[in-house]
Amino acid sequence: MSDAVITKDAPATAQWTKKDLLGLRELSAEEIRLLLTTAESFREISLRPIKKVPALRGKTIVNLFFEPSTRTRTSFELAAKRLSADLINVSASTSSIAKGETILDTIKNLEAMKVDIVVIRHAVAGVPHAIARHACASVVNAGDGSHEHPTQALLDLMTIQEKKGQIQGLRVSIIGDIAHSRVARSNIWGLTKLGASVMVCGPPTLVPPQIAECGVRVSWDVREAIRDADVLMLLRIQHERQEAALVPSLREYRQRYGIDTERLKDAKPGVLIMHPGPINRGVELDSAVADGPHSVILDQVTNGLAVRMATLYHVSGAAKLEGMEP
Amino acid sequence: MSTALLIAGGVVVDPESKRETRGDLFIEAGRVVDVQPSIPARNGAQLIDASGKLILPGFVDLHVHFRQPGREDKETVESGSRASVRGGYVAVCPMPNTDPVVDNGGAVQWVREEARRIGLVDVLPIGALTKGQRGEELTNFGELFESGCVGLSDDGKPLINSLMMRRALEYSKVFDRPIIQHAEDPALSAGGCVHEGLPATVLGLKGIPRESEVVVVGRDLELAELTGGWLHVAHVSCARSVELIRQAKRRGVRVTCEVTPHHLALTDDAITGFNTDAKVNPPLRTDQDRRALIEGLQDGTIDCIATDHAPHTNWEKDGDFDSAPFGIAGLETALGVIATTLVAPGLLSWRQVAEKMSTNPARIAGLDAFGPSVGREANLTLIDPHASWTVEPARFLSKARRSPFAGHTLTGKVVTVIRQGQVVTP
Repeated sequence: MSDAVITKDAPATAQWTKKDLLGLRELSAEEIRLLLTTAESFREISLRPIKKVPALRGKTIVNLFFEPSTRTRTSFELAAKRLSADLINVSASTSSIAKGETILDTIKNLEAMKVDIVVIRHAVAGVPHAIARHACASVVNAGDGSHEHPTQALLDLMTIQEKKGQIQGLRVSIIGDIAHSRVARSNIWGLTKLGASVMVCGPPTLVPPQIAECGVRVSWDVREAIRDADVLMLLRIQHERQEAALVPSLREYRQRYGIDTERLKDAKPGVLIMHPGPINRGVELDSAVADGPHSVILDQVTNGLAVRMATLYHVSGAAKLEGMEP
Repeated sequence: MSTALLIAGGVVVDPESKRETRGDLFIEAGRVVDVQPSIPARNGAQLIDASGKLILPGFVDLHVHFRQPGREDKETVESGSRASVRGGYVAVCPMPNTDPVVDNGGAVQWVREEARRIGLVDVLPIGALTKGQRGEELTNFGELFESGCVGLSDDGKPLINSLMMRRALEYSKVFDRPIIQHAEDPALSAGGCVHEGLPATVLGLKGIPRESEVVVVGRDLELAELTGGWLHVAHVSCARSVELIRQAKRRGVRVTCEVTPHHLALTDDAITGFNTDAKVNPPLRTDQDRRALIEGLQDGTIDCIATDHAPHTNWEKDGDFDSAPFGIAGLETALGVIATTLVAPGLLSWRQVAEKMSTNPARIAGLDAFGPSVGREANLTLIDPHASWTVEPARFLSKARRSPFAGHTLTGKVVTVIRQGQVVTP
């Protein structure tokens, strides 16, 4: 079997031309579909006995994580290694940031060591953009504040497509702390670009009024979000929101917005339950739902790896080298 | 040294005499001694050819930040003075939020001495309202005014304690000088870095609602009415604030206010792409607010244009959006922006520009009237209203090298500044 990874299914007109993946808002539907198609090819690699292809051999990738993360970081690390790249992990506490070095100086130092790709997660929106402006390396946004988390949305799209066959025409409800959610924003762009009908739902303090101008329906009533939905995407509600008087208590949040088997009775029979993780069991969803027949949460994780391989593959320009692009 | 100056061929724009006609000016010993349609050249008098130019009274900026002492990497009194002259200013009022804060007579004297030594522009300091700008104890108003302050402010921050603000307004009455408030409710603005609108929602940035300003403006107007003190509202940014001030003025409340060129020209769309050059406090708001600010200028609710010149280093503005400091360095683009955004489309006349950028701020600062009028001190700004130029922050005289107007082409340029009858070279 050849080591080339792209199959004949790739759309002939699609091209990846961008140095970075900073968000889904600036991508076209074709570019999103290209990433998903590539991801599908990469999913197959994880089923082989030798889970490795040489596509990114000799490339250096840095995981620069300023926020704690096990799932995403591990996912990117495995993705890099399965593509034969060299990867190092830099986390904020152990890095020079703790000594007061600015992010840009950190990047310049990494660049001086000729890294090819920087995967960055940061608590502040716009940091990946600031880096991409100054760095020659490719920048992949692994989550910046409340702004975007493009690979998460891509793996969500891939999972929906896998289970439902298509995105176009589906009704997707995103339930939770929309205001602070980068997952919500990236998914809003991805889903609307691919033709889904999106509803966002949460308490008024957690749903920004201007979100309706982004092409989504808005509801404060979870029953409305559940009715007729093909997909329920649940977001984690953080304890900090209670402290900021955004919700009176997590208990009240659960009573009004939590998904349990009782609420699911009003859902469509084939509804998918999705969650970016980590789950607050017993808050935004009950264990019975998280572990139940509608849940595709673990498929999301599997697809996450494939989507990240596809992302690294395309931003590194490897696709061009393999002769995939005209 | 007494120099005679003849400015010939220009159009005199003088709010005082309501003149807006071709006129030559003869200046001697620092004063305008003659204004005529045509004055013949005279031996010993320096001739300035002002053909095609407008001659306005010199600009006065009630609100700048010169960062010295403490952050000389951002700006100094010297670099700020140069930038002021480039912008057409003859007098500026630096805010006291330096390090240390200008909250005592000695600090005020230092700033004035430094400005005198540099000799480019009249520097009229604003003193702190509270000690260290901590909002706890009023400063010695008398000491500050006697040292040369023309107003008091905790700018950068609001004076949020209502009782303190009441006392400040009451106590200030004996000095007949304004209490300048940076109107912001920190509880409502906490953590915010842009206007709370659609661009903030899309970019996932925490917003500052306009109500953060409005609730403080409203409260301060009530206190000004209660006490009879003089309230000056700094950098008004939204429609509701303009409306509240308009109503208060009708009731006879003693209030004045200012607006910046950037709030008149830009909206929160300017932050697209996480552009920190457009990060400013109060933030740029919506087009509706912008148009209400213009109407406020037109009907006199807003008394003057003040730049709130806020320079920062490049490396700070290069940071992420949250950590980048708020501020736009507007001295050198002010006239160009006003001319392009307001005069060219007929929203403001040149006479109104002279009122808003010179006559009114000069009066608020307590200066004797000056301008292109017989008997007045010759502080003048010559403008080429047709000169087209592109904003290049790399060539600013300010230490700041950033501007949200970078790359913009503006029409209207300051060509000469005359202060006390002498041409000033920055």
